Amino acid sequence: MKILVCIKQVPDTTEIKIDPVTKTLVREGVPAIMNPDDKGGLEFALQLKDKFGAEVTVVTMGIPAAEIILREAFAMGADRAILLTDRKLGGADTLATSKALAGVARQLDWDLIIAGRQAIDGDTAQVGPEISEHLGIPQISYVAGLEYDAASKKFTVTKETEDGCQILEFQGKALLTCLASAVKPRYMSVGGIVDAYGKEVEVWGADRIDVPETELGLKGSPTKVVKSFTKELKEPGQVHEVDAEEAVELIVAKLKEKHII
Amino acid sequence: MDFSDYKDIYVFAEQRDGEIQPVALELIGKARDLSQVTNEKVVAILAGSGIADKAQTLVAYGADKVIVIDEPELKDYVTEQYTQAVFQAVNAFKPSILMYGATTIGRDLAPRIAARLGTGLTADCTKLTINEETREFEMTRPAFGGNLMATIKCPEHRPQMSTVRPGVMPKATPDFNRKGEIVSFKPKFDASKFVVKLVKTVKAQKAAVDIADAKILVSGGRGVGCKEGFDMLQGLATVLGGEVSSSRAMVDAGVMPHDRQVGQTGKTVRPAVYFALGISGAIQHLAGMEESETIIAVNKDKFAPIFSVADLGIVCDLNKVVPLLTERLKKEQAR
Repeated sequence: MKILVCIKQVPDTTEIKIDPVTKTLVREGVPAIMNPDDKGGLEFALQLKDKFGAEVTVVTMGIPAAEIILREAFAMGADRAILLTDRKLGGADTLATSKALAGVARQLDWDLIIAGRQAIDGDTAQVGPEISEHLGIPQISYVAGLEYDAASKKFTVTKETEDGCQILEFQGKALLTCLASAVKPRYMSVGGIVDAYGKEVEVWGADRIDVPETELGLKGSPTKVVKSFTKELKEPGQVHEVDAEEAVELIVAKLKEKHII
Repeated sequence: MDFSDYKDIYVFAEQRDGEIQPVALELIGKARDLSQVTNEKVVAILAGSGIADKAQTLVAYGADKVIVIDEPELKDYVTEQYTQAVFQAVNAFKPSILMYGATTIGRDLAPRIAARLGTGLTADCTKLTINEETREFEMTRPAFGGNLMATIKCPEHRPQMSTVRPGVMPKATPDFNRKGEIVSFKPKFDASKFVVKLVKTVKAQKAAVDIADAKILVSGGRGVGCKEGFDMLQGLATVLGGEVSSSRAMVDAGVMPHDRQVGQTGKTVRPAVYFALGISGAIQHLAGMEESETIIAVNKDKFAPIFSVADLGIVCDLNKVVPLLTERLKKEQAR
């Protein structure tokens, strides 16, 4: 079995702060990490490798510095890594990103593609389904469980929904988007870390994928950002440092003012 | 692409087990607002099996027209079946705008349709407007974990598509005498593409009340700490006729179930009163509750960010305040 895993380098959004004076995002010093859902997806792939001897290729589209998450994937147990990086890919929205990654997939031999459900910087959950559409293969999103029967070559997938889950099965090629909460990604092994720097990360430019330039990057993006801004927080009310009795009086007064009691 | 072929504001009216989902009605309410600016019709696409009789509900909430796709293939949501049906309807009717709920269904279906159509899609929008000058659909969404808002448009492709967070747009008041056009649409399915089979659907034990519907929410965070702490909050919620909700920290800690989580990765709520008890107020949490009418925060840390959105901020130990407040409210009620 050959598995292609799509991963993304993201800023750790829990570490992002807003500059109180300029009201802009402070990006300096924010660590760049492997997107958590993608790491969950990689873990799913590596578990298939453990059980069935799969060959795991990781691919990321990003800036040259994104190589570090591919090294991390090597250290976790991935066999091959591809960094798709090119200025022509800059400014891509989800559709243009998915076209590029589908382009990579077309150059490779695989049985299954795994991606994260969504990335914590954009939270769109769109790239995975869009890749599968370009490749003409089915998708299952919100994957929380994955089993494989080698005899029948059948995958059984648990998909999380708002009110429970669906159990789905399929044979043949498909793309799954996985939830970080569903698995505990393995740590990088010491041997893995040593190997990670011995292995080659293949660097691909846009010329390696057979996708027209008009469909890539900013040019190939149907959505355009008109503006971005930090949220206007509403005017805060008063903050009182009081003892519990006074606190109760203040709260009761507020509830009465709002006709709750 | 000739834009003049594309008109009207469409909503994918999500149903599950034949129940119209609240987000569908919220989107119709929003579509009505937008249609005042564009002078267009509000059209709902209702797909499922045995659901034709629900079309009138969509009309009551503001749809001028409902396209009903009633097929046995659409009994349960599976990506390919729904994609074929909605894609063909979009090509037949040519919407200018098409909105979906940002649910596990909408977020699975919409990108698939977007890629099939080659159009743009903006995820998880919290604000939608029509630019009065250009007539373009402007979709605003949070990014970077709610730290940044971005307004996005889709200038050169149609339909302009977005998914919209449930609980953000208010529903219109229904008028069950309202008249609308109901049309049936029959897609041609290519069953050879139905590769993924649904084996079964497992329903999780449902919370008695959806926190998104609660008028009063008593919400606890790290400062509450444990199950016993939440029992105390439940006491307060019961006296006020409200529900208990939680920050992400307490869900991750396994103290509260995910369906009680408020915030970016949980639910968006806008109750009349939101008690934030022992919640520091990470931006991801604020994203889910700052539209509440009144926010009352109790926290020991006077620098907690929650106080920046609170109407009333109390720097005190919630473990002392909550029991006293509960007793006091019981007395108020006994009067």
